[in-house]
Amino acid sequence: MTWTPRRRTARWGALLAAASMTAALAACGGSAEPAAAGDPSNVEGVDDGTTLTLWTRAPLESQAKALVDAYNSSHENQVELTVVPNDDYVAKVGAAAGSGSLPDLFAADVVYLPNWTSQGLFSDLTERIGNLDYADQINQSVLDAGTYEDEQYVLPFVLDLSVMFYNKDLYREAGLDPEQGPTTLQEFRDQALAIQALNKPDTYGTYFGGNCGGCGVFTWFPMMWASGEQVLEDDGTTADLASDTAQQVYGIWRDLADAGAIAPGAADETGATWTAAFQQGQVGVMPYPATLLQTASETVDVGVTAIPGVDGGESTFVGGDGLGISKDSEHPDQAWNFQQWLMSEAAQVDVLAKNNVTPARSDFLDNQYATDPRVQLINQVSAAPDSQTPIALNFQQAFNAVGSPWSTLFRNQVFGDASTLDEDNQAITDVLQQ
Amino acid sequence: MATVTTPDAPPASSPSRARTRVPRRRPGQRVRQRRRLGALYASPTALFLLVFFVVPVILVLRMSASDWSLFVGDRGANFPTNFGEAVDDRLFWPAIRFTLTYTAITTVILLALALGLALVVQESGRWSAFVRTSFLVPSALGLASASLLFYGLYSPQSSPISAFLEWIGVIDTPVSFLGTPGAALWSTVALVVWRFAGFYMLLLLVGLQAIPGDVFEAARMDGASRFQTFRSITLPLLKPSLALSTILCVTGSLLAFDQFYVLTKGGPDNSTVTIVQLVYSMAFQGQNDLGRAAALSIIVLGGLLVLNALQFLGLRGDRD
Repeated sequence: MTWTPRRRTARWGALLAAASMTAALAACGGSAEPAAAGDPSNVEGVDDGTTLTLWTRAPLESQAKALVDAYNSSHENQVELTVVPNDDYVAKVGAAAGSGSLPDLFAADVVYLPNWTSQGLFSDLTERIGNLDYADQINQSVLDAGTYEDEQYVLPFVLDLSVMFYNKDLYREAGLDPEQGPTTLQEFRDQALAIQALNKPDTYGTYFGGNCGGCGVFTWFPMMWASGEQVLEDDGTTADLASDTAQQVYGIWRDLADAGAIAPGAADETGATWTAAFQQGQVGVMPYPATLLQTASETVDVGVTAIPGVDGGESTFVGGDGLGISKDSEHPDQAWNFQQWLMSEAAQVDVLAKNNVTPARSDFLDNQYATDPRVQLINQVSAAPDSQTPIALNFQQAFNAVGSPWSTLFRNQVFGDASTLDEDNQAITDVLQQ
Repeated sequence: MATVTTPDAPPASSPSRARTRVPRRRPGQRVRQRRRLGALYASPTALFLLVFFVVPVILVLRMSASDWSLFVGDRGANFPTNFGEAVDDRLFWPAIRFTLTYTAITTVILLALALGLALVVQESGRWSAFVRTSFLVPSALGLASASLLFYGLYSPQSSPISAFLEWIGVIDTPVSFLGTPGAALWSTVALVVWRFAGFYMLLLLVGLQAIPGDVFEAARMDGASRFQTFRSITLPLLKPSLALSTILCVTGSLLAFDQFYVLTKGGPDNSTVTIVQLVYSMAFQGQNDLGRAAALSIIVLGGLLVLNALQFLGLRGDRD
């Protein structure tokens, strides 16, 4: 038998196919190597000039950069920051987790924390956090969201709170008190209607992300919490979004929609531009991310108040990101050095508070940069008793995902057939229980 | 092809061997040499196909038969659970229905319009070069960029179209281009037609210009009307080009993703979720289940294979 060129080609091809397949499967198969455990009793961690990697998503880019720069300039360890587009973040973390190549440190949206900790993406920090003498001052909502089966996995990275913003110039024009925003949801509705009644071109009472589940979670859950109602029960496996209180909240928005007091496009708003109209001075009053106070103040005279409930009260959605050490990190002690520095005054006050981000430690809420009463209000509400981070394993699919059952529910309540409330609530529960 | 008779590379066909009357051994060597050369030429493509198609398909097949979550990776075989779960998804049948509707609408509009455009610009007139170019320009834009452009045109906060219509008094309140299921579908169809009409026009134009002029001349001498000429000469002779365009258009539409991902995100109320979007959301948006997403991909791949086979069969039947 002779070796014809064709046969040889075929053999080479087969060999190559086998080799590349093995490589591809190995890349996706995940590594079984356990990562280094480090020394959890070392409170300060290790600062020995190691290069650490840190991933975060694009909305937190400026805060993350400021933190990393401050750390790098004062430590031997150097942190390399990778910023990933918001929509790609879950996919990127997932791919890395599957192949055992997560960075040393990575941030996670607080609402995804229960799912990610349950999948074992982070290293256990319980002992390390317990050794901090200020552990009881750390923002409890984020710590709770990062706790799975009594083990703590994350510390707060950057907080993102929701508050009520209003346009003081429009309030003056409408004869409303520019120093007093809404203290109940009725007042919110009436003030929005008063702005709408100005009948100014391109000026509307309020706005919201009507096709954005995450926006609804961020801005409407606090309205229910401030009214003394819960949105989830049974450890996040049952939705409680058909209560009388919830119906009153939807009713307020339905009134505003029926009166034409919501800026056009709300029903199509997927969240990409939900903060834009207010910054252009076109909106009277709306729930808004507190981190954008500085940006919005460049174009609008902004008034701030806490998100109220139906009859008063105040609450916020304690959002933003938690930061943990990944299961794959080979430098847990060095990564912990960054983590514990992140909780220090140098990071919380001199970097975050200076950049108008609410500190994640209650003993730093009152600091030298919090001179603006609006900033003081935002800082205080982060620790208010009704402020929460919702915790559910399937939160993303039930609430944040495009076309989630939650967005179906609130769209029906505001724009569609409101009689389907109980079914829609059950649909959320079904997803939560999957 | 058969006229190539350069001594370096004579064709391997038997007539040329008979003509040159060389001993049996030498052409055998040459044939072997040519085969080797042929394999060499084909090997880059084969390699690409292997690395970027065959290997991934095998990987997806394995994924589809495994309990494979995004975060944890492979947790062992579970065939056929993923396929059952993919079909049981609450959006599976709506997505299939919507994808087929969208494909039918797009294909009909796009091909009719492209044929019309090709007929208009095939004559070389004073403006034809300019007109051809302007029809073709949108094809130079990536689909995602084009979608972003249309997102700006449709967005209630920035839409110049809505403002213009209001200004000339056609409408009183701003139009919601993406607000209702119907509006979202037709707004996306408009984008896709704008983006691809020039491309299909070019395909059909090439086919049109390949029809010999004397056929038309003969028809004209026989007194055929313009419509008769179009129906009995242009259309039948254009069939290969039309068939190619249809296959491309149907396959492309069935795999639609970018335009809906940018413009509607599947909304409003999941009315514009295509099958590929469903694959994406199963993998990365909440379910985070690569196994189930892979199972759905395999189902789509199977469907496409059957559909393409049918189209090719139909095409071959026409030729006979």
